[in-house]
Amino acid sequence: MSANKISPENRLMTWFRFSSPATFYPLAGRLIPFFWALTAIFGAAGLWISFFIAPVDAVQGDGYRIIFVHVPTSWMSMFIYIMMAIWAGLGLVFNTRLSAMMAQALAPTGALMAFLSLWTGAFWGKPMWGAWWVWDARLTSELILLFLYLGFMALQASIDDRRRADKAGAILALVGVVNVPIIYFSVKWWNTLHQGASVSVNKSPSMAHTMLWGMLLMALCFWMYSIAIALMRARVIILERESHADWVRTLKEVG
Amino acid sequence: MWNSPADFFAMGGYALYVWSSFGMCALVLLWEPLAIASRRRKIIQRLQREIRAEKFDKEGMK
Repeated sequence: MSANKISPENRLMTWFRFSSPATFYPLAGRLIPFFWALTAIFGAAGLWISFFIAPVDAVQGDGYRIIFVHVPTSWMSMFIYIMMAIWAGLGLVFNTRLSAMMAQALAPTGALMAFLSLWTGAFWGKPMWGAWWVWDARLTSELILLFLYLGFMALQASIDDRRRADKAGAILALVGVVNVPIIYFSVKWWNTLHQGASVSVNKSPSMAHTMLWGMLLMALCFWMYSIAIALMRARVIILERESHADWVRTLKEVG
Repeated sequence: MWNSPADFFAMGGYALYVWSSFGMCALVLLWEPLAIASRRRKIIQRLQREIRAEKFDKEGMK
């Protein structure tokens, strides 16, 4: 490939080169410490604001501070699902091995975020509504999201042929995307106990600025964490699935 | 804002709810990287065993 003549076709091929596990593995290894550092910085700043700067809420007292973990985990549970579906879809269309591995690497983290969202929601609901759980549209659709993650993981684990497992998982992931807007708009579409969005794109946030900043920093912390952890898991999955490739056998951590 | 450490941990009477929420998040966020690290150790050990076995097969009892 001559360096001075990059046709669109060649540019496309460059992207495909990064989709090769052999190229991605060392690249991800270099990126992981960087994302851990960002996680720590955003986390420290976010926790500081959550506990020491953000004032007591007039109605909910200090109980409202659960928002600083509840909203970020809920956002991430939905965002990771969309990313997982995009990777799975790319794998389905282009048949690239790495895309399917990325989808597989994201699923457990997404499931944990959905679990944390429900857990923190329960511990917020109990003192404020008087119930750990209600069959409300928002809560129920978030529970379905957790089941979709678990279903994706179980389906992939139950099929021995890797390529077929990837395909079946991708279809499940793509069909399940319909649930994400349902979760997001559930507070608007149905009369629910769950409060409306505190932050939305088309209106100014309905909360104090320091609270908003704390929430955004915590969200960034969870976001960077998810990237770091997904890259770590992707590297392990690459080793597991490419264990017979020559490049894996010559890695310095293996040899 | 907080008059004493005890005041901070009491969280205005919401200690159970606030600390259960933040505590579970901390647990999960600590557990997940550890779980992945142990999964990584397992696959690397398996690869090392396989490479040793192949070498042994090729070179025999030299």
